[in-house]
Amino acid sequence: MKLTLKIWRQKNKDSKGEFKVYPIDGIEGDMSFLEMLDILNEQLINNNEEPVHFDHDCREGICGTCSLQINGQPHGPDRLTTTCHLHMRSFSDGDTIVIEPFRATAFPVIRDLVVDRSSFERIQQAGGYVSVNTSGNTIDANAIPVNKHDADESFNSAACIGCGACVAACKNASAMLFTSAKISQYSLLPQGKIEATERVLNMVRQMDEEGFGNCTNTGACEIECPKGITLVNIARMNREYTAASLKKPLSNSWS
Amino acid sequence: MSKLDSKIPSGPLAEKWTKHKNNINLVNPANKRNIDVIVVGTGLAGASAAATLAELGYNVKTFCYQDSPRRAHSIAAQGGINASKNYQGDGDSDYRLFYDTIKGGDYRAREANVYRLAEVSGNIIDQCVAQGVPFAREYGGLLDNRSFGGVLVSRTFYAKGQTGQQLLLGAYSAMNRQINRGKIEAFNRHEMLDIVLVDGRARGIIARDLVTGEIERHSAHAVVIASGGYGNIFFLSTNAMGSNVTASWKVHKKGAFFANPCYTQIHPTCIPVSGEHQSKLTLMSESLRNDGRIWVPKKKEDAEAIRNGTKTANDIKPEDRDYYLERRYPSFGNLVPRDVASRAAKERCDAGYGVNKTGQAVFLDFATAIERYGKEQASIHGIHNPTQEEIKKFGREVIKNKYGNLFQMYEKIVDQNPYETPMMIYPAVHYTMGGIWVDYNLESTIPGCYVLGEANFSDHGANRLGASALMQGLADGYFVLPYTIGDSLSKDIRTGKIPTDLPEFEEAERNVVQMLERLINNNGKHSVDYFHKKLGKIMWDKCGMARNAKHLQEAMVEIRQLREEFWRDVKVPGEMYGMNAELEKAMRVADFLELGELFAKDALHREESCGGHFREEYQTEEGEALRDDENFMYVAAWEYTGDPKDAILHKEELIYENIEVKARSYK
Repeated sequence: MKLTLKIWRQKNKDSKGEFKVYPIDGIEGDMSFLEMLDILNEQLINNNEEPVHFDHDCREGICGTCSLQINGQPHGPDRLTTTCHLHMRSFSDGDTIVIEPFRATAFPVIRDLVVDRSSFERIQQAGGYVSVNTSGNTIDANAIPVNKHDADESFNSAACIGCGACVAACKNASAMLFTSAKISQYSLLPQGKIEATERVLNMVRQMDEEGFGNCTNTGACEIECPKGITLVNIARMNREYTAASLKKPLSNSWS
Repeated sequence: MSKLDSKIPSGPLAEKWTKHKNNINLVNPANKRNIDVIVVGTGLAGASAAATLAELGYNVKTFCYQDSPRRAHSIAAQGGINASKNYQGDGDSDYRLFYDTIKGGDYRAREANVYRLAEVSGNIIDQCVAQGVPFAREYGGLLDNRSFGGVLVSRTFYAKGQTGQQLLLGAYSAMNRQINRGKIEAFNRHEMLDIVLVDGRARGIIARDLVTGEIERHSAHAVVIASGGYGNIFFLSTNAMGSNVTASWKVHKKGAFFANPCYTQIHPTCIPVSGEHQSKLTLMSESLRNDGRIWVPKKKEDAEAIRNGTKTANDIKPEDRDYYLERRYPSFGNLVPRDVASRAAKERCDAGYGVNKTGQAVFLDFATAIERYGKEQASIHGIHNPTQEEIKKFGREVIKNKYGNLFQMYEKIVDQNPYETPMMIYPAVHYTMGGIWVDYNLESTIPGCYVLGEANFSDHGANRLGASALMQGLADGYFVLPYTIGDSLSKDIRTGKIPTDLPEFEEAERNVVQMLERLINNNGKHSVDYFHKKLGKIMWDKCGMARNAKHLQEAMVEIRQLREEFWRDVKVPGEMYGMNAELEKAMRVADFLELGELFAKDALHREESCGGHFREEYQTEEGEALRDDENFMYVAAWEYTGDPKDAILHKEELIYENIEVKARSYK
């Protein structure tokens, strides 16, 4: 098929970007979206032009590196699909495809379609862990049974790949789906409950400091999430946050 | 005379590791604060090592080319992680895990290392559960297990088809805790381009900031390489697009021996190649072989009819199907090890029974399992005369729970519903057992340079069993290196910070800059991918699933010529400073082009078949791999001398005291 690509080009974070139009031909339905971009880049290199930079790595839908706002939708038109798994059979001959980076204040553009998502790193560092040493002197893995429903639900939250589609989909550029997924994973497990109070307070504080917006329950994040992370996570985080905010400080003011 | 000292402790097998830990030098907590360690790569091995070293008190710097440690390719591991917990009470033990791994590796791995791996495997699961890794559980709340190839017990722990993701996020969370404490400094979007040796010891690295393009010097008292395997030398593999050999190759060129480069794992169940545009291959987890049955038509005319579209899989009657693994290997059936399953698929396809357009695919069929589970579920739900529809519905639900994300992935890529028609699969390059030679302490032949995980050669011999890569990565990082590294760092407590203005750093940086400048100013005709694809084709055709002397000799010459052409004619657009993805790729492919020649040389020299290394000249009458224990029961460790073709061979003899060496049989 023959397509017209309108792609955002931007040299670096300080320069002004613009859309450029690239016609492309000979695209087959079995190709992935990124393989289509590979073909475009090969042509650009052969024409002595600079290839389009885009983030990608595993191309199996699990590393969370690939991004792209395709015709206004993060990861393109298919549901529960990352850009690397989007195939060209989802498009038709003659289509114009608009390709932009994920847009959010907290995700500055590095080059072309590549954005800086280190704000996500800092949210995780603020409390996305259980404080247990990795020395190996822990209790036996089966010492604490965990209800299967809770374990499965925790897994569903932990399936977040940290791609940032939720932020790109949100009109407020909110990172609450991402943050709440991690908080939920731990809050559903006995191992994570111990630090639940500190975790939710610290992660939410960091999320706010990074300049992400607030949640207004629009639900676009849930629709666009390639891993099916649900709004239930946000509700759970809000409950955890409220409970944590009401906890009293330690009674001995010297401690 | 061999220069190799594996430093395996004396004494009975089961006591070696405990004894070794008791005799190791320790560094006191106050002194640890004055010691710096660099960790290159943040997959399971790197992240777990970085977190544990930081917890112990060392100052750690991590480097990864991805924008976050969480994106390292361990994330893509699907099926599970082995541990000899014996929770199922099916006869498992440390010894049995050790035995299975040695046998699975076709008697080409070190006994002491493998036993240690089995010994710490249970602790890995404890650790991960304590970290909040949501493993699959049974209704009673305890952990669930499944089975993998080459074993007769269920010892694999899993989190749906995303076990690697969950384990890596666990290790990443442990890293984050240390980053938050200021004990780890994470350099993401950074690539190591050389190692720096001072007085013969690893004392730092040269790295490139992939955003600004700046070249940086980083010093430390030890350097840990955990940068994964080199499967991308084949261009098409299940590795991530960025996976590369550069860190390993650079340390090899500075003195670390490269062991068994020809041991490559071709994974039997991958989605077949669909066309020339293909950029990577996707694995379908080995766990699917728990429930999927592999077959091709018995009759050639049926295979042809499927290939030209006049018949589908469902048109072939049960009696006209050849479940060739069950036929050839009745005791292990569909769960034979990967190398055996891959060769059997190739054999059937080469004989003309392949089932897709290219003739390079076999079926992986879940119909039997759907029926079996469906009946069981119907009974549990109190339906005693279920209809076919009810059975299918219940059965699919069970399969969906177990492998849902894999089925979804398959459908996305192939555009066929695997609940309705069997999957089509074919072998693809997946894992490399070879890597940098290390001793029992995981130290390479460069003092102070440690190598972990897939980047080293140590535990899997000539073939890795399924669900053992995650086990090895975490064992190395959480439980082995943190002990063994102390032994050498204890000598560094008075060394003080290593300055980065030493002439050794200057020289290394100059060499890196020269190489980058040469590539950027080359003004050639062809893109980096053009050369990478050509290299991949030589590797697959001549160093792939079946090898012979003639092809390997040709490969050595062709790779050499291609390397010369690359340096003459590669075109790298853009500039050295700022983000430049083509320049990153060019640096990686340049190293693959050198490794390729050593790979072929190693495969040529090993005149036997073992595990993933199959030489057509050495096979039994039934087409099974034929080892030559008398002449080749050793690790081939290659020393770099300025040109891959002139590498010098050092042999580490493999001694088996606790296991009887015999022909590997899964019949």
